[in-house]
Amino acid sequence: MTAAPSGPPGWFGPPAFADGGHGSGGPGPLPVADAGPGADGAGWFGATPFAHGGHGVDGSGWLPLVPVALLAGSYLLAAVRDPRGWDCRRTAAWLGGSALLAVAVGPLAQLPDDPRGHMAQHLLLGMLAPLGLVLGAPVTLLLRVAPPPVRRVVGRLLRARLLHLIAHPVAAALLSTGGLTLVLLTPLYAAAERNSVLHHALHLHYVAAGYLFAWTLAGPDPAPRRPGQAVRVGALLGAAAGHAVLAKYLYANAGTLPPGLTDRDPAAFQSAAQLMYYGGDLAELLLAVALFATWYNRPARPHPPHPPTHPPTRPPRLIKKFASPGNGSVTRTS
Amino acid sequence: MADSIVPRTRTADVPDGRSSAFAGVLIGVAIMAAVDEIVFHQLLAWHHFYDRSTPSVALLSDGLLHAAEVIALVGGFFWFADLRRRRALSDRLAWGGFLLGAGGFQLFDGLIDHKVLRLHQIRYGVHLVPYDVVWNVAGSVLLLAGVAVVWWSRSRQPGDGPR
Repeated sequence: MTAAPSGPPGWFGPPAFADGGHGSGGPGPLPVADAGPGADGAGWFGATPFAHGGHGVDGSGWLPLVPVALLAGSYLLAAVRDPRGWDCRRTAAWLGGSALLAVAVGPLAQLPDDPRGHMAQHLLLGMLAPLGLVLGAPVTLLLRVAPPPVRRVVGRLLRARLLHLIAHPVAAALLSTGGLTLVLLTPLYAAAERNSVLHHALHLHYVAAGYLFAWTLAGPDPAPRRPGQAVRVGALLGAAAGHAVLAKYLYANAGTLPPGLTDRDPAAFQSAAQLMYYGGDLAELLLAVALFATWYNRPARPHPPHPPTHPPTRPPRLIKKFASPGNGSVTRTS
Repeated sequence: MADSIVPRTRTADVPDGRSSAFAGVLIGVAIMAAVDEIVFHQLLAWHHFYDRSTPSVALLSDGLLHAAEVIALVGGFFWFADLRRRRALSDRLAWGGFLLGAGGFQLFDGLIDHKVLRLHQIRYGVHLVPYDVVWNVAGSVLLLAGVAVVWWSRSRQPGDGPR
């Protein structure tokens, strides 16, 4: 979709996003190269850019929407077939995540090539949509409705050593933020501009790594060998800090990064970097809420006998079992 | 920080002063950082998003601090909620911790970020001294108020009444 021959002649097409509407500190002391004749005050996430037809009008650009629709449809089908009744909030989270995926691979991909559009895609694909998908607890749903052979396969997968390795919070943070660093600081970005297969593969990687990270931090799905709260908070801290540093580094070096581009607009890359910085904050905030909410709702919370005369509301056996002082973070994993 | 978020003891009806104070510190730091971010960076646009002269080590510390602030805000509020739920919250110590955290962060930002690391200044194109003085004195006042509240509530015995 990026290398469509019918695209605008320049690598950087007409400015689809307003340059002056982002309301932040602004590009600062740097000279604004081109205020953009189409400055319509739409801001980064304005609705008007979606109206730009772009170059994918032939219809092939909408192909990535098919797997997204399949994801949403099969989940809905499974949810209505769940004999025990499936929580509507989980369904809503999954559909929300799917909708964000659809926005990223549908309308946003139809925009003329623009670093800000790519950055918005990355934010949606790699951070916001996966969180919604993870909160939908698809593996739990699958285990509920699937026939026993499928369940056995899922169980075997969940016990796989490789999964435990890549689903460690630190590994998942490296795959997600580290992968993005690799794309933005190497000629990979420029290569993905030209090669649409690589482009789609990178998008798939964003979604997969983001899903892995959100699942290992805060997912309601079973996660064998998920480490304790401290490791997970540390991984979130590291990933978010790396993301923020990368965003400012890109901002500072918008003239030369990402390398390998023949035709570049530093001002557009600077506002893309700011979008990355603040979008990363939003994703970190949501992930942190999900992470701490999991901790807050940890199962078998010891409910201490409030008036000493009353018997404890829960069996003391549970208190002993789950409130071990060495591991205060009780996760609901196997 | 991550370690201290998880409460070790699960006793109830006995105010957990230390946890209350730490939860307050986390929230105070995060609120002050949010005020800094929203008021001075976004609304007034006095601070800059990035100074061209920022060295990379300052960039790294800024990123870490920024990421930690968001986690402190969320973690602090969930910890606070958990203490309340377990009736283990000491209101005064939480307020003292809040003031300590807010003042400490303000002072840290004013002295370390602005002056030592020179990440950014409060405002550009003006005479800086009055801004720096107001900034750091305000931080010191908050910090001292926090110290006073914590000292005052710790000096009260548990039998003196509600803490």
